[in-house]
Amino acid sequence: MGGSMTLSDGLARYGTAIALTVLIAVNLAITPNFATLQTLNVNLTQVCTIVIVAVGMTLVIATGGIDLSVGSLMAISGAIAPMIFMGKLIEIGSIHAAVALAMIAAILVATLFGAFNGWLIARFRIQPIVATLVLFIAGRGIAQVMTNGNLQVFKVPEFQGIGLGRVFGLPVQVILMGMIVAAAAWALRRTTFGGQVLAIGGNERAARLAGIATGRVKIAVYAISGALAGVAGLIVIAINSASDANLVGMGMELDAIAAVAVGGTLLSGGRATIIGTLLGALTIQLVRYTLLANGVPDAAALVVKAAIIIGAVWVQERGRMA
Amino acid sequence: MPPPLLSMQSVTKTFGGISALTEASLQVAAGEVHALIGQNGAGKSTLIKVLTGYHRKTTGDISFEDRPFDVVSPRAAQDAGISTIYQEINLVPQRSVTENICLGREARRYGLLNWSAMRTEAQRLLAQFNLTLDVDRPLSQFSTATQQMVAIARAVGFSARLVIMDEPTSSLDDREAQVLFSVIRGLRDKGVSVLFVSHRLDELYQVCDRVTIMRDGCTVRMANMAEITKLELVSTMLGRDVARAAGRTTGFGMAAHAPGATILQASGLSDGHHARHVDIAVARGEIVGLAGLLGAGRSETARLVFGDTAAKAGQMTFADSPYKPAQPMDAIRAGIGFCTEDRKVEGIIPDMSVADNMMLALRPALGRSGIVDKTRSRAISQRFITQLGIKCTGPDQKIRELSGGNQQKVLLARWLAMSPRLLILDEPTRGIDVGAKDEIQKLIRSLADEGLAVLMISSELEEVVEGANRVFVLREGLSVAEIAKVDLTEDAVLAAMADGGQHDPV
Repeated sequence: MGGSMTLSDGLARYGTAIALTVLIAVNLAITPNFATLQTLNVNLTQVCTIVIVAVGMTLVIATGGIDLSVGSLMAISGAIAPMIFMGKLIEIGSIHAAVALAMIAAILVATLFGAFNGWLIARFRIQPIVATLVLFIAGRGIAQVMTNGNLQVFKVPEFQGIGLGRVFGLPVQVILMGMIVAAAAWALRRTTFGGQVLAIGGNERAARLAGIATGRVKIAVYAISGALAGVAGLIVIAINSASDANLVGMGMELDAIAAVAVGGTLLSGGRATIIGTLLGALTIQLVRYTLLANGVPDAAALVVKAAIIIGAVWVQERGRMA
Repeated sequence: MPPPLLSMQSVTKTFGGISALTEASLQVAAGEVHALIGQNGAGKSTLIKVLTGYHRKTTGDISFEDRPFDVVSPRAAQDAGISTIYQEINLVPQRSVTENICLGREARRYGLLNWSAMRTEAQRLLAQFNLTLDVDRPLSQFSTATQQMVAIARAVGFSARLVIMDEPTSSLDDREAQVLFSVIRGLRDKGVSVLFVSHRLDELYQVCDRVTIMRDGCTVRMANMAEITKLELVSTMLGRDVARAAGRTTGFGMAAHAPGATILQASGLSDGHHARHVDIAVARGEIVGLAGLLGAGRSETARLVFGDTAAKAGQMTFADSPYKPAQPMDAIRAGIGFCTEDRKVEGIIPDMSVADNMMLALRPALGRSGIVDKTRSRAISQRFITQLGIKCTGPDQKIRELSGGNQQKVLLARWLAMSPRLLILDEPTRGIDVGAKDEIQKLIRSLADEGLAVLMISSELEEVVEGANRVFVLREGLSVAEIAKVDLTEDAVLAAMADGGQHDPV
């Protein structure tokens, strides 16, 4: 096969980018006020949390796993942070110190829960879908118990900058998303860890026999997924000025998996692209925006979203068989 | 002589241009226990799968009970009277004994399942083998041997005329195997034929009437068990004429100098299953051959040395210090590399590049920072590509696009890049074309000449005899012989493989 590339190969590799380009072109033609900075910001702001979670999901899927607990971990992170910066747990004099502590604690707890997922999978060889189902169910319960099921409402600009602030006209969360995407894309391609993640997904037996600590790598990957879910949880509550353990991150696991699938990452592991995931999330977001901006109801948009996912997976399968 | 129950004549089978069966025949008489033996890849499994409708034959004639026989599915074969009991028992462990026996031919009454009729049927079938079980208990609560009996009862329940048993004893202990043999004899007395596939030669003499030997997709011999010696069985299976004088046919050449000090010493090694008591030793600059039939515990021994399975018993020393690997990483740190037998399943990462595959084991040692040094990676892989003559478009080509021989060279390079002190090679030239085979053999010799210790497992006798400085022979998990270079002939290895070193008075 060498250097020549077949049509289905090309579709599998650049399909998402092509679809996104077509979408933008269509919008420029039919959607009023599409080519404005505001439209860009609205779309990027909305897609941010999905992309951040989907980056972690890409790494998990690259090892051949899946993480259903991300939505629940967002709820936990979103529940912990306000409890700290609102002083419900401990009294902290400086609001800046309180916010910093709140963010660190929330993300740390989400990371530890993620590591727990990885530990179940690596130590007891539980199937990832079952192991992460534990926290998918229990995680939201934990978040609700912590807050007694109450809505936490707050107005703390020092904290909410993560969701509402702007630097050079760009939303802070968009910058954060950019940094996370760049770091993960680099790590997957250029670090030993990234190579080991792909090796495990590509052939776990061979990876183990080549001396890779497969258990440790898996725990790390799920911990990263948990940490990124924690970050996303903070952004969501900052935008809403409120944290509702019942709603934060609801359905996020499926949005993230959809972005990964549409982006061209092999769901069985071994082949992954972070940039693809970014493009996948943007495509899904833009389809939804296009339909809404042109008066199609949200319910119909869901059907279109499903069709895109089916199409993407179909193209991928074609590419793999070729 | 009555016409045979089953007759397969000149059966061929090709998979996408590659032929798995070239000239296979098999004749099983009614009420006969017939052994089918051959090396890995000889075509036994393919022949059975053609017979049971799993694969369609390419050409050839099959007749069963005097009628042309051409089934399209295992289910159709079962309906026609041929039942198969696989190595890993294919029953439903969570369901009851009754359900397992009657699955697919349930007794019905008023459109509902007639449980009492099925229970009676199950008990009746099991009673034929002197077995009384609580047939309502789930199958998983019984021992493997009992589960096997249930599988046989199920086969008989389908009024099978021929029962195929694929290595039925591999998960049984000696006592359980004896029970199975008496069941097999019982079947024979009822006029049911059994096709018995096993690698344990002693068993064949205990229970089989005749034997068919396959090699390289062909049936090479059929004989009465009473008229063939173990040595003949083994030499026919391996395609070695016992009396043949050996000429050099491999690329190993002569060793440049004598081996150095012992680097690996293992005694009484056991994984509690397939390797039961193995003693081996390898010296610097020495190629040690590990010979034995399939299932003798060769690969299992390699896995124990490499820390892939934990030793249940035995001691090892490596480079004069006690050595007890808990995982492959420990072995790699000590300086051991392991090229596995199955490249696809345990070797290559198909979607990764040649360079990434090569650097997989080395990378953690290369940079503490964890950042891949692309330039250095490429340089190292380019060096091995040139040195080993790997045919590829460059370090970035995906390994799955390479031929088997070139993939094997990449995997060799994965370990050579680590500058190992001991390299374990499991079937290093299997599935590789002749030219590449010769090159790899030369390479192994030159590595040993540079001081590398090599432990080589091979089913090809000439590879072992011509390549090795010393050979350890395993038989049914036990070390049965150590053959030094001066005594190393194909006959000596064959004899040890067949009879455990004690020569048969034939």
